[in-house]
Amino acid sequence: MTSVTERDSMDFDVVIVGAGPSGLAAACRLMQQANAAEQELTVCVVEKGSEVGAHILSGAVFEPRALAELFPDWEERGAPLTTPAIRDELYLLKDAEKAQKLPNALVPKSMHNTGGDMPRYVISAGNLCRWLAEQAEGLGVEIFPGFAAQEAIIEEGVVKGILIGDMGVGADGAPKDSYMPGMELRAKYTLFAEGARGHIGKRLIQKYDLAAGKDPQHYGIGLKELWDIPAEQHEPGLVLHGSGWPLDKSTHGGWFLYHAENQQVVVGLIMDLSYQNPWLSPFDEFQRMKHHPVLAKHLEGGKRVAYGARAIVKGGLNCLPKMTFPGGLLIGCDAGTLNFAKIKGLHTAMKSGLVAAEAVFEAIAGGDEGGQELTAFTEKWEASWAYAELKESASFGPAIHKYGTVGGGAYNFVNQLLGGKLPNVHDTTPDHAALKPAAECEKIDYPKPDGKLSFDKLSSVFLSNTNHEEDQPCHLRLADPELPIRDNLPTYAEPASRYCPAGVYEVIEGDDGKPQFQINFQNCVHCKTCDIKDPAQNITWVAPEGGGGPNYPNM
Amino acid sequence: MKVFVAVKRVIDYNVKIRVKPDHSDVDLTSVKMAMNPFCEIAVEEAVRLKEKGVATEIVAVTIGPKAAQEQLRTALALGADRAIHVETDERVESLGAAKALAKLVEEEQPGLVILGKQAIDTDNNQTGQMLAALTGLPQGTFASAVDVDGEKVQVTREVDGGLQTVELTLPAIVTTDLRLNEPRYAKLPDIMKAKKKPLDVKTPADLGVSVGSRVKLVKVEPPAERQGGVKVGSVDELVDKLKNEAKVIS
Repeated sequence: MTSVTERDSMDFDVVIVGAGPSGLAAACRLMQQANAAEQELTVCVVEKGSEVGAHILSGAVFEPRALAELFPDWEERGAPLTTPAIRDELYLLKDAEKAQKLPNALVPKSMHNTGGDMPRYVISAGNLCRWLAEQAEGLGVEIFPGFAAQEAIIEEGVVKGILIGDMGVGADGAPKDSYMPGMELRAKYTLFAEGARGHIGKRLIQKYDLAAGKDPQHYGIGLKELWDIPAEQHEPGLVLHGSGWPLDKSTHGGWFLYHAENQQVVVGLIMDLSYQNPWLSPFDEFQRMKHHPVLAKHLEGGKRVAYGARAIVKGGLNCLPKMTFPGGLLIGCDAGTLNFAKIKGLHTAMKSGLVAAEAVFEAIAGGDEGGQELTAFTEKWEASWAYAELKESASFGPAIHKYGTVGGGAYNFVNQLLGGKLPNVHDTTPDHAALKPAAECEKIDYPKPDGKLSFDKLSSVFLSNTNHEEDQPCHLRLADPELPIRDNLPTYAEPASRYCPAGVYEVIEGDDGKPQFQINFQNCVHCKTCDIKDPAQNITWVAPEGGGGPNYPNM
Repeated sequence: MKVFVAVKRVIDYNVKIRVKPDHSDVDLTSVKMAMNPFCEIAVEEAVRLKEKGVATEIVAVTIGPKAAQEQLRTALALGADRAIHVETDERVESLGAAKALAKLVEEEQPGLVILGKQAIDTDNNQTGQMLAALTGLPQGTFASAVDVDGEKVQVTREVDGGLQTVELTLPAIVTTDLRLNEPRYAKLPDIMKAKKKPLDVKTPADLGVSVGSRVKLVKVEPPAERQGGVKVGSVDELVDKLKNEAKVIS
């Protein structure tokens, strides 16, 4: 909107955008330091989800290294790490029936989840965040769920805080009776912890040219379901991973199936968004995958209780942008700290938050009035174990993109044996440029869901408890509204209707008999895949009214 | 005038209700909870009365587990001045809630008590009416308009045939219907301030009431899943199926 609105403003020492693992870890560490130094510090976390955890979706097998640094007494504090990983299995699915179980000795060691010096846990990242939020509030952090950061306040090239989105704006852009202008939250330092493809982080990376000299970032889409299963099938701590079928040779990805606590199993598929065939539908791949006997035997007789999807950032060190700019930092998956070789990102995201908190507190405690570029962060970060991990596995993802799942896997196996001595591999094609024209690709005929193991898209979205106020502007912005039908439809058969895991995009027949592009934004689960994969980069995801989106339980 | 508002912590209206695998109850594990929407309307009405200068103090009250304090804080952020939490882990039914509220009404002597007409978890629609009976105060239920004028309050009620307006002498009980108002959003600074507003915690024993349930929950069943449709080949087949399978025509 161009009109000038009188906005209220509040000042904090530190504002954190996003109550995920990195943001909350940073918040806790900031307050721990302030309390230890008996220094007053105001820290505020804003979260677009209706509550902490509502937008959190992850596998997850969790390595508690960063958590133990933050709270050595996490066990006494009741952290929701109840299910240690006890058995690890890795499969290569040959086709819809056959599978090969890989002997542990041939599995790259980064993918081992048992043994070693530290137990790993099958957890719900949502519950971990809920618990971290309690700890943070106990330490004196202000957490505001239901408030979506809309943009960074940038003055004279310096990030000064954030602007919260307006509430109560109608679909036509005009204020409704319930209109409440968003506030300015100003801070000495602002930490952006929005997760993969954060909508403000994306703009900061462009504005400050943070990705200069790096490979283009790579993403995957992760789809996940939570199942209640019969007690006799339940083996808490069992961790299964696999790849191969149903994905074709040029499509990379893998699945997970973990036995969690409370007679629940989580199952998911992570598919690289560098896929080429525009006919491909990650959602339908996931649904048919569950029929493979290796997976089905865990799910049969059970009941699906939750569904969700989220893009993950998996480019690793080659793609990791500079994380500092004047007045703030990018942390966690907003920058891209996930270690794809371990298929884990929670521990490195948390560690980036801890390092950020230390750099920020050091500056503020030293009398810094804010707005500086915290180069001390970069030094600390590059000296951290998290950075060392990412460095060691920099080629893991690119090798799979280049040599395929088996060839890349072999490269990774050998490279890890040699301690990372093989030459670094790069993948310089951005994901959105990977699609081939539909006419050059094989159309995929997906089987109909059976309603027991596999389901249709709409009944799935229903289980994500997603809701958006309907009378508000669409938060999926098209730079060129004609482009989907004019260009994407003839060339790529408009892939948005297939890559979107929530049925947001549809090509329907208009009243005039011509195709029309329809956006059902109310269904959006905030996964950000459209913002990443649209071949023309025509779709921009912006934050809808705070509190909207999925309401994930223990995802 | 002091205004009492009762609020209840319930499962969020966006969440798909799930039954526990053993059918013993609704599964609330890791499920988002929120203030009952009808209670939000009650809070909003009280805040509007205060803005009009009719109410001088708003007291938000809840009965429930410790976590229900979240909903009291929400009420405080929306404009309530203080809160009372009657803490219990028992499954509280309408009568138990009404008894506790009646005791608080006796202690605090509010001029008006506003409640939601029902809570979206059990849909009982009883607490307001029971409170009126226990306190002997007049009641105006299903309100779509509330006008306080001196010692009287006019309540427009949504009844089956249309609207009915009743006039009650204060103190009185009002329960809110959907169209009474559109609740506002809590402002961020008010959420911060709400953390510092007074919140008294009492137990049912402090009030001398028992709030335990008198109804035994035997079994919870989810509604039957909708069966998929069938495509028929001809009108004759359709008629046949309607007659012999669905048995809706003869």
